[in-house]
Amino acid sequence: MSSYTFAAPTSIDEALSVLANSSRRGERAQVLAGGTDVIVQMRSFDNEPRLLVDVKKLAETNEVSIGEDEVFIGSAIASGVLNENDELKRMFPGLLESADLIGSTQIQGRASIGGNLCNSSPAGDTIPALIVNSSVCVIANSNGNREVPVEDFVTGVGTNCMSAEEFLIGFKIPRPPARTGDAYLRFIPRTEMDIAVAGAGVSVTFDDSGVCTRARVSIGAVAPTALLVADAANALIGTQVDDSALRAAEAACSAAASPITDKRGTVEYRRKVVGVLCRRAGTIARDRALA
Amino acid sequence: MKKVHVSTTVNGQPEEALCEVHQSLLDLLRDELGLTGTKEGCGTGDCGACTVLLDGRLVCSCLVLGVEAEGKEVTTIEGIADPDRLHVVQQKFLEHAALQCGICTPGFIVAAKALLDKNPDPDETTIRYWLAGNLCRCTGYDKIVRAVQDAAQELAQSS
Repeated sequence: MSSYTFAAPTSIDEALSVLANSSRRGERAQVLAGGTDVIVQMRSFDNEPRLLVDVKKLAETNEVSIGEDEVFIGSAIASGVLNENDELKRMFPGLLESADLIGSTQIQGRASIGGNLCNSSPAGDTIPALIVNSSVCVIANSNGNREVPVEDFVTGVGTNCMSAEEFLIGFKIPRPPARTGDAYLRFIPRTEMDIAVAGAGVSVTFDDSGVCTRARVSIGAVAPTALLVADAANALIGTQVDDSALRAAEAACSAAASPITDKRGTVEYRRKVVGVLCRRAGTIARDRALA
Repeated sequence: MKKVHVSTTVNGQPEEALCEVHQSLLDLLRDELGLTGTKEGCGTGDCGACTVLLDGRLVCSCLVLGVEAEGKEVTTIEGIADPDRLHVVQQKFLEHAALQCGICTPGFIVAAKALLDKNPDPDETTIRYWLAGNLCRCTGYDKIVRAVQDAAQELAQSS
């Protein structure tokens, strides 16, 4: 591990040029945010020399702004910092809870939702929660920023749509309409600090007569990437998100899942559990929307 | 092997060190600055033995690069006590025998003090969740939790 090098650019342009130069020289570069995945990986299975590009010194990746129509959350905001933001907690309780589920207090001092997405694990807990909130990735590119919906960002296990010359600046998330609630639940065999066996996020919006007019459902850890499950959302739209609608969404999630059997759970088990999690998260999201 | 110059502040003291990029903040503290109070347990952010404060926030120093400490403020176990007496959390760990082998103790104390600085009156559940990232294979945790509860009580009485 003698040839690691390090850059801590202070502007987006500088970061892009560092990445472009590295790519031109045929050298590997990797973007570093909180490092809770990157540093562990470089000490174990992936210890090839590379340039580490710390993006925590950029104003944009550290920005949190709450606008009239949308919210921006910078990619390097640590989960611990995010969860101290009461306004965001009121707006997106499910998203903030998904970040709060990952790791210990110490890990949350460093880990970010941007890093969780860029690590692109099938089991990344914040990914379904970002998807149900219609979050859009803002990606720095030398031709200007480009935007990609979170559900289209991850392309496979550990892979995503960004080139080696790009990096994630942050997320644009539409401000939730009135009577909207979100929730994310995962199943792990213990109560703290484990990787999801299955996870489900739900966001629902109701009209003033109590009918669901908008729904998004996403499931994690049951396919190579987190999935947006349109059939489950359609089972909720036009209903009061009552028990029978939730049962239909549950069935849609189980049907959409294509899990693997590993030490965390079997195909059959994950398929069952992800449906149950959808139903329970849907109940919480509904109650939050109507509270 | 190219070394990077790092200027940082540790326990209020400005420090300079030369550091290789792959070295962790834990390596920097122990091997370059001689601050061996911070312990290495797992090296993968699971056990919390290497817990320090980085700009006031709890982190595992094994999961921070030494070069990332540039311009930052680090607080380690060596910065917890007053010059002439132990911090109340340290004192209560002694009184409650909340340690056996001691490897996890610096991390527990740094983390517990950070909790009490943020929340002076935590309930038992809050203490247990806050310290969930600190593993102890000797004491079974009850003595640690009682030490933290007692420290909170004493701090409340003295304030």
